[in-house]
Amino acid sequence: MAALDQTQVKEGVDQETVDAVREVGTYKYGWDTDIEMEYAPKGVNPDIVRLISEKNEEPEWMTEWRLSAFERWTKMDEPKWAMVHYPPIDFQDQYYYARPKSMEEKPKSLDEVDPKLLATYEKLGIPLKEQMILAGVEGAENIPAEGRKVAVDAVFDSVSVGTTFQDELAKHGVIFCSISEAIKEHPELVKKYLGTVVPVSDNFYATLNSAVFSDGSFVYIPPGVRCPMELSTYFRINAENTGQFERTLIIADKGSYVSYLEGCTAPQRDTAQLHAAVVEIIVEEDAEVKYSTVQNWFPGDENGKGGIYNFVTKRADCRGDRSKVMWTQVETGSAVTWKYPSCILRGNESQGEFYSIAITNNMQQADTGTKMVHLGKNTKSRIVSKGISAGKAQNTYRGLVSMHPKAKDSRNYTQCDSLLIGDKCGAHTVPYIEVKNNSSRVEHEATTSKVDDDQLFYCRQRGMDEEEAVALVVNGFCKDVLQALPMEFAMEAQQLVAISLEGSVG
Amino acid sequence: MLEIKNLHVQLEEEDKRILKGVDLTVEAGKVHAIMGPNGSGKSTLSYVLSGRDGYEVTEGSATLDGQDLLEMEPEERAAAGIFLAFQYPVEIPGVGNMTFLRTAVNAQRKARGEDELSAAEFLKVVRAKAKSLKIDADMLKRPVNVGFSGGEKKRNEILQMAMLEPKMCILDETDSGLDVDAMKLVSEGVNALRDAGRGFLVITHYQRLLDHIKPDVVHIMADGRIVKSGGPELALEVEHNGYSDILAEVN
Repeated sequence: MAALDQTQVKEGVDQETVDAVREVGTYKYGWDTDIEMEYAPKGVNPDIVRLISEKNEEPEWMTEWRLSAFERWTKMDEPKWAMVHYPPIDFQDQYYYARPKSMEEKPKSLDEVDPKLLATYEKLGIPLKEQMILAGVEGAENIPAEGRKVAVDAVFDSVSVGTTFQDELAKHGVIFCSISEAIKEHPELVKKYLGTVVPVSDNFYATLNSAVFSDGSFVYIPPGVRCPMELSTYFRINAENTGQFERTLIIADKGSYVSYLEGCTAPQRDTAQLHAAVVEIIVEEDAEVKYSTVQNWFPGDENGKGGIYNFVTKRADCRGDRSKVMWTQVETGSAVTWKYPSCILRGNESQGEFYSIAITNNMQQADTGTKMVHLGKNTKSRIVSKGISAGKAQNTYRGLVSMHPKAKDSRNYTQCDSLLIGDKCGAHTVPYIEVKNNSSRVEHEATTSKVDDDQLFYCRQRGMDEEEAVALVVNGFCKDVLQALPMEFAMEAQQLVAISLEGSVG
Repeated sequence: MLEIKNLHVQLEEEDKRILKGVDLTVEAGKVHAIMGPNGSGKSTLSYVLSGRDGYEVTEGSATLDGQDLLEMEPEERAAAGIFLAFQYPVEIPGVGNMTFLRTAVNAQRKARGEDELSAAEFLKVVRAKAKSLKIDADMLKRPVNVGFSGGEKKRNEILQMAMLEPKMCILDETDSGLDVDAMKLVSEGVNALRDAGRGFLVITHYQRLLDHIKPDVVHIMADGRIVKSGGPELALEVEHNGYSDILAEVN
């Protein structure tokens, strides 16, 4: 960047080109992978829905499920209540299905794998063995793995390209596979749980997802099993003009435990891309699920061009008594974020926790928060939200705490802190609180502060440059949430905080 | 080492002159004290030397070993060897004291082209230095200055100074808010750092700090200038007679 600033720009080179070159390197995952893709035609209609279902070799009941969702979707309107503004989305100008051609035949060794696909995984930081498995190399499972084990399911545009450690997980009875595989191999589980937490008719984007979801991850942890390793999904949108609609279904049966990590990246494009995912989690009696997300979709450039529109419905249903769910999210990317990971606390003494860091810089907009719906007795929830705005960004916390009449003696604690960097950004807090019984307690604390010049000077006097100083202060502000993340994610998240705020001061 | 020549400074926001021609040279190995009434410009001098925003230098120069300080960013001055022990150390919630120290030490090492200290090396050094300042493990873990008592904050400043090993230490009213015991600890910490290669500029209202940190030279500052310089006896004179005699004499 600096080099170009000093170089004389030749006459006749338009500003857009100069800006494009300047941008390179500001978003670490901004490369795109030139892989031969297979697309369905643009737009969405019953034929496209059938085509997606057919490509995934789905049974009839699944096709019908999708078609009924599509039917509903055509009668629904986009929600407008969030504090986000973007040009109208032409839902017929998107590709709803894209997959790498190399999936059609399974490669025998790494040499046969499309090297570009491998390069993509390498850039994502996935270890070599995992890369081989993801690329579908036969026998790769038998090669010993280095270091700590994390099972990975990689979703590349519309399809899951591979899942690792399936055999080892199977020994414990854990099922971890793509949802398309689960529909074929475990239809009884999918039928029983799919759409029971986020119903087909839930909201505009969830309904669209129900019709056209192409892939995603499926997890089942049997009763009493503590999942022996972290499970993880990497989502990447690569193809241009392609929407990504993944569907994740996690079932933690009685007394089980699982920690699940989700990472997302996308290349830099000047056109906005649509992402509308649905995550459903079912937590049975005495079970516990931790779901952590580091969302680093391309945020658009500093003028608001391009970026991912992220409309996501995530919900956990704590069905059993004493069940527990914890959402942790670090939202640094996307041009527009519309996301409210929620907890239905149905079981008595069930617990829901939501820890969130949402960073918006430049022209990014985020409207994010959670819903804690207390239905059972003695249920507890805790919300810790940290919103950071810089540049001209707008950051809104929107949260609902609802105590139903039967949710006797329940408690909620909400802490909602906003940090502003500069004087052109905004932070908003919109809490909704409904209490319908007289034995429950709801606490809400909110603060708004600015990164203080005195703090920055203090850090700089000790030798840190301005960006390092901002990163340190902001990481301190986010500490409560960073601590809730699994170790390896916490490191990545800290660095992301620093990267996302580059150029936000001075 | 530190050379200040005819330094004139005014506030950026309003047309108010604060320093009106400061001349001062601090040699390596020496301790210079600056005393003076409120509003004489002592703290401003420390901020201008360390590069805080809000001040405009209209005339004069300030160099450290020949390097022009006024051209440098605050972090460059820090890496060059300027350290300011703040009168009011700043709180940084959520950032552990140890993390802060390590980030600072490594940032300076990096700026000077040295290797970063490993976690183990750093820990060893920091524990030894913290011990002599009676800073316990708990205080190293707590967020920077958050909930620290006045004495703890100042001891923490001296710990940072000991870790960063600056060439030129500027202490801005380090004695304010300290009881006798804390003052003794802080002074011992400072004295332990005195050596032939390091200069000190100690800004204070009161002579009592100078009982513990013995200065080589004492300067009296008034209305943006150094009006009188002398040996340690000058501080005693201020203690007994106040500033008015000296100021009358100068005028």
